Amino acid sequence: MSLLEFQNVFKIYGDLHALDDVSFTVDRGEWISIMGPSGSGKSTMMNMIGCMDKPTKGNILLDGVDVAKEPAKKLTDIRRDKIGLIFQQFHLVNYLTALENVMLAQYYHSIPDEQEAMEALERVGLAERAKHLPSQLSGGEQQRVCVARALINHPEIILADEPTGNLDDANEEIVVDLFRKLHEEGTTLIVVTHDPEVGDVAQRQIVLRNGKIARQTVNQNFTGHIRFTE
Amino acid sequence: MKRRKMLVRMITASLLRRRSRMLVALLAIAIGATILSGLVTIYVDVPQQMGAQFRNYGANMIFMPAEESFTDADMQESLSTISSKELVGATPYQYNTVRIHEQPILAAGTDMAAVQKTSPYWLVEGQYPAKTHEILVGKNVAESLELSVGESVTVSFTPEDKSKLDSTIDFQITGILNTGGSEEEYVYVSMEDMEELTALPAHLDIAEISVSAGSAQLQTYVDEINAGNTDISANLVKRVTASETTVLSKLQALVLLVTVIVLALTMICVATTMTAVVSERRSEIGLKKAIGASDSGIIAEFMGEGILLGGLGGILGSVVGFAFAQFVSVNVFGSYISFRLLLLPITIIVSIAVTSVACLLPIRSATSVDPALVLKGE
Repeated sequence: MSLLEFQNVFKIYGDLHALDDVSFTVDRGEWISIMGPSGSGKSTMMNMIGCMDKPTKGNILLDGVDVAKEPAKKLTDIRRDKIGLIFQQFHLVNYLTALENVMLAQYYHSIPDEQEAMEALERVGLAERAKHLPSQLSGGEQQRVCVARALINHPEIILADEPTGNLDDANEEIVVDLFRKLHEEGTTLIVVTHDPEVGDVAQRQIVLRNGKIARQTVNQNFTGHIRFTE
Repeated sequence: MKRRKMLVRMITASLLRRRSRMLVALLAIAIGATILSGLVTIYVDVPQQMGAQFRNYGANMIFMPAEESFTDADMQESLSTISSKELVGATPYQYNTVRIHEQPILAAGTDMAAVQKTSPYWLVEGQYPAKTHEILVGKNVAESLELSVGESVTVSFTPEDKSKLDSTIDFQITGILNTGGSEEEYVYVSMEDMEELTALPAHLDIAEISVSAGSAQLQTYVDEINAGNTDISANLVKRVTASETTVLSKLQALVLLVTVIVLALTMICVATTMTAVVSERRSEIGLKKAIGASDSGIIAEFMGEGILLGGLGGILGSVVGFAFAQFVSVNVFGSYISFRLLLLPITIIVSIAVTSVACLLPIRSATSVDPALVLKGE
């Protein structure tokens, strides 16, 4: 059974079809990139995968549960338990340290564990910066804290929205490298991106245009390593 | 780590690491708590402070003889009914007609030390008599008989019993009494001198009592005294007690009104501040909801911050409020007030309650934040 399945999903705002009869599946452990120009429906799709929006029509099965039919409170529970979110703007709580930001996700999920949170920061290479506030971290470091926060509760899916949009090449490579390691450990990755270099790293690309899936491409040369173009 | 510990850690981090923002909110609460605590202190203290002030205007209770006269023992027995803390002073008077320069003058035998407590408004040019054979002369008497301080004056008394001779004592004038009232028509000597002059059995014609108490309490004392001693008829000086009651109740009503208005303004001010605090943290709230915070979790965090701010503001306000009340008391009433410990928890609880109520509306709106906005980078 697929981990995620969109079944004839529509999202309609007045005359605008943000998503227009979209169907696809994502298998457990798969690394998918969702690409497309602005207004193609990427954000709408991301919100639905992240259980933050519901379709006008159609079904979205996440681990066998049709999230399109669940109430808002249940969606919060599903999001907390199954999805780790990574944002382009990082969105760290500015008055909490890197460590506390990671523990925040634990706090909402179950029981905060400082040791485990520290291990997550070690994993993204930020153990020494654990006590720093976001304002004292570089953009790349903040994004790595965001990754640590997303993976701390061992989610079924890591859902990343333009995760390298605000990063330089060096930090982009670090973040993609982290994704590759997560993928190797069996984590399902869904990365929404404009960046073809980041999109091309994934096993499969879904390209949206005008709310429809324009094409799906399987990466035959998948290595999980980014290849920068000149 | 326990969840509660993490919640406390988040709340304290929010307050300590966002000092400038939280200082504004804390200041709003502390100012409200200061005025509240200060006004309540003044409200509670007004009767006591004003009571002391009113006592400057003279006695508010009179002991009169039930029949012809009463004794000092009767007076002391009746005074024992009144709480010693509330009894400001009691002055006995015995009146007799004497002659000075062959003119009939009303003389009062009294206790000079007690007079100064019950009639502090008396203005004496010179000094009160302190020894025997010293006399205080009313201004009108002094003017009509051309008497002045330092002179010696002969006072005569003619007994009712015509078979007895007139008695005469030479008095030293120590002071001229100026009150603007009927007291200026009298001369005042000590009770011992009066007894020596008149050779009459010790008795009192009237006693003026000054009691620092409300009208209800005064009436209770009067009733108890009248029930307990058949020789004394205690009466309230209605002119004084009625005006005291009116002024006090109006003053207290005014302070209460101001307190309520300040409380309402504080609530509006805190609500406005908290609304600003919440609205500038919408993206943080959205993020927290996106990573799994429930509405109740968000409410707990913001209420926690509100309660902590309310508590801190309450403590700060209690201390500064006392200083404020002390300042008002010293400058308006000219006396110091004691710190009322009970007011500390009351101010803190009210501050917390006001802050919590003020936080409710912005927090409710906080829970309606759409987490998807965060993902859109808005």
